[in-house]
Amino acid sequence: MENILSLARKVAEEAEVFLVSSKETPVGFEANRLKMLETRETISVSLRIVKDGRIGFSSTTRLDDPQALVDMAVESAQFGALARFTLPAAQCYPQIEVYDPEVEGIAIEDMVEIGDSLIARVRGHTPELVCGGGVTRSVGMVNILNSRGGEASYRKSFFAIGIEGTLIRDTDMLFVGEMDSSCHPIREFKPLADSVIRQLEMAKHPASLSSGRLPVLLTPKGVRSAFFAPLALAFNGKTALEGASPLVGREGQLLFDERLSLWDDATIDYCPASRPCDDEGVPSQRTSLIEKGVVTNFLYDLQTAAMAGSRSTGSANRARGGMPTPSVSALVVEEGDSTFEEMVRDMKEGLVIEMLIGAEQGNVLGGEFSGNILLGYKVENGEIVGRVKDTMVSGNIYDTLKELVAIGREAKWVGNSLRTPALYLSRLAVASKG
Amino acid sequence: MREQIADALKGQDADYIEVRIEEREASRILYRGRELEDIGRSTSRGGNVRALVKGGWGFVSFNELSGLRDKVALAVKQAHLVGRGRAREFEKGKEESRLAPVAPVVDIVAPQIRKDPSIVPLAQKKGLLDEYNELIWSTTKIQTSVIAYGDSKKRVIFANSEGCYIEQTRVDLSTRIVVIAREDGDVQQVALSVGSGGDFGFIEGLHQEVKDAAQRAVALLTALQVKGGEYTAVLDPVLAGVFAHEAFGHLSESDFVYENDRLKDIMVLGRRFGGEHLNIVDGAAIPGLRGSYKYDDEGVPATRTYLIKDGILAGRLHSRETAAKMGEKPTGNARAIDYRHPPIVRMTNTFIEPPRQVGVSFNEMIGDIKEGVYVKNWYGGMTSMEMFTFSAGEAYMIRNGKIEELLRPVVLTGNVFSTLENIDAIGDDLAMNEGGGCGKGGQMPLPVSNGSPHIRIRKCLVGGR
Repeated sequence: MENILSLARKVAEEAEVFLVSSKETPVGFEANRLKMLETRETISVSLRIVKDGRIGFSSTTRLDDPQALVDMAVESAQFGALARFTLPAAQCYPQIEVYDPEVEGIAIEDMVEIGDSLIARVRGHTPELVCGGGVTRSVGMVNILNSRGGEASYRKSFFAIGIEGTLIRDTDMLFVGEMDSSCHPIREFKPLADSVIRQLEMAKHPASLSSGRLPVLLTPKGVRSAFFAPLALAFNGKTALEGASPLVGREGQLLFDERLSLWDDATIDYCPASRPCDDEGVPSQRTSLIEKGVVTNFLYDLQTAAMAGSRSTGSANRARGGMPTPSVSALVVEEGDSTFEEMVRDMKEGLVIEMLIGAEQGNVLGGEFSGNILLGYKVENGEIVGRVKDTMVSGNIYDTLKELVAIGREAKWVGNSLRTPALYLSRLAVASKG
Repeated sequence: MREQIADALKGQDADYIEVRIEEREASRILYRGRELEDIGRSTSRGGNVRALVKGGWGFVSFNELSGLRDKVALAVKQAHLVGRGRAREFEKGKEESRLAPVAPVVDIVAPQIRKDPSIVPLAQKKGLLDEYNELIWSTTKIQTSVIAYGDSKKRVIFANSEGCYIEQTRVDLSTRIVVIAREDGDVQQVALSVGSGGDFGFIEGLHQEVKDAAQRAVALLTALQVKGGEYTAVLDPVLAGVFAHEAFGHLSESDFVYENDRLKDIMVLGRRFGGEHLNIVDGAAIPGLRGSYKYDDEGVPATRTYLIKDGILAGRLHSRETAAKMGEKPTGNARAIDYRHPPIVRMTNTFIEPPRQVGVSFNEMIGDIKEGVYVKNWYGGMTSMEMFTFSAGEAYMIRNGKIEELLRPVVLTGNVFSTLENIDAIGDDLAMNEGGGCGKGGQMPLPVSNGSPHIRIRKCLVGGR
């Protein structure tokens, strides 16, 4: 890295080297049994320079030719964007725990055992269920070095378990599943199994629905499939800077339900989305996005922040060593005060939605969503009566989140980048196959 | 490289081993609004080893090519671990590795290039995108735009323990242009995607399309959303291609079926899914398209497969493993997006054929529709196998046989066991769309193409207000 940096400094005013490496060991299951063991080792190095005031960038997985990397960056700087940022100098980073040495110590045999037991427990409930899934451990290393003396490096461990089950009866297919991840090893598979069993129970009987406008309770997974993409995009500083976010220019305004608070947080210990600093070496922080219904902030990296006249929120991410760009670390929705049962009991006729497909494939920027209910249940007189299918729900998040009926009191992680309680929405348009 | 691989494979104890080595050069240009955000080139190199023992797989991927023999040994060791576990479950410990037999090939395949993007200077590529951006920005009420261009040249060396050795070089390029219009808090967008397996010419001459996209984005600000419900839908060739891909293509991928007995019962060859006029084909052997190639990532020659013939399930897509397990012929559909992943069963070029008799003209198709939707272009599509969604980038109401007002983007959904039967008209105007990329099992976006003539679907469920 020092070598690349010194070669780059000969031709450019500023330079920054970013090196990321990882070793991942996934254990894969298919058709209820072990299918594949993998070892994936990756390394990539990228170089960002400022030459004649312009940004140049290059990346490679080949560490044998640093000069080629520098040459490519210089070539790209001819056309590159004007650099508006200053690279961070040497500094202290917050103490955020993201490495547990125990993860590396978990034997492959133990991972196989965890996966086998998970599948066995779920199939103990429904023997016809065909299960796939995986148990993965990995360790990654990030190193950042820049020409202003900035230097950051950290190690992160990761462990994940997941299961997906397919149940086929005649031509009816039911898909259930759960996953969990952490920087700690996850040996306790029972909560995951029991959550899948609950899905199987609630989906046991088919239920029919008439088209119209109905109250909808989104489970944490349901919140993810309908709301995550539009929110992540709307609070992205880049979208805001371009004026393409419906929220831009409306900071300080009450646009959402007064009980709704949302923040982005990369500082929670042992969460896979956490880290001491972002991919430009800016310290991680918790950034408020919605405070009691009021829009408060957007997420920025260095360049975007400088252009917007703001400061970086430590949100720079580089997908596989690419150019930094602002993005969500982990969105957290504040818990409310209703239990799941209370919210279901409140519905005379309504829907509980776990999973939509296609909801992120419309005008996400405008907040519009429209999806088919892959897994969802009908509620009649306060009770879940069965699974609904061949049904579309549609709405716009900015209308929908203006007024919520209630917010669940138990937040859950859905994947690495969202922690949310269930959200109880007053009405959504529902179209069902007649 | 050939000798190095042969040495690494020598004397290893596995039923089957393969090695893939990949070198890639890519260039990219990204505009956000008027700002050029990123431009440049990148290189990468990596490889993987996959080994099979008693039906269990080991897979090792890496960037560092040295020590190949140790990497092969590690994959073999992992395969033994899986194989042993699997064998234990069977009486007498007799789980077998089964791969459909394929004659080992030794071949070097040059890329099929019409206008090579790698010899077009970066400045010229940028100049072209500048022209498009100017067109967008000369439209009023445009808030911003995103233009993403990328091309790559990839050389893949494949060798296996059966004596196969193939070098294939492929070129891929794609451009996505998104135009965003805004009025007050309302934001609307229109996207345009094009791609090609080796012709920079595909990216040129899009001026009129870009202009139309910009104007449509502005028009969407005053358009209404459709009311949700069942409609007769007429799909243009682009969206109908996405429909074929989502509605039936994914269900034809045998890795989902081959170890699930109940699914095998449902997906039995000869089952009727649609009318006599319905034919759906997939094949990488069809030349000159984005999903075309000579050999797949297991060294199996590409084919052309009827998935549905005369409305009846006629075939499916296979890897060597799924073909062997189901007693069918391999189709050359095992594909890996890059060296970090093992190959899985994927589509290539998927399309609905024009009917053998004369197809239905567009005017006939819409002529007797009292109230329906005409849906064009794509935003995306998804499937759970049984139920699927596909979203239109452009939609209009049809009233009394006429195309009427523009609608906001529409998401349509269907169920494979009823929607294909509800196709009651197919046109003659087959066109292929090469702008998409397919995602499966964390491998995305894989270059594919899909297409169709115009089709009409009765009782199609549409989401809306």
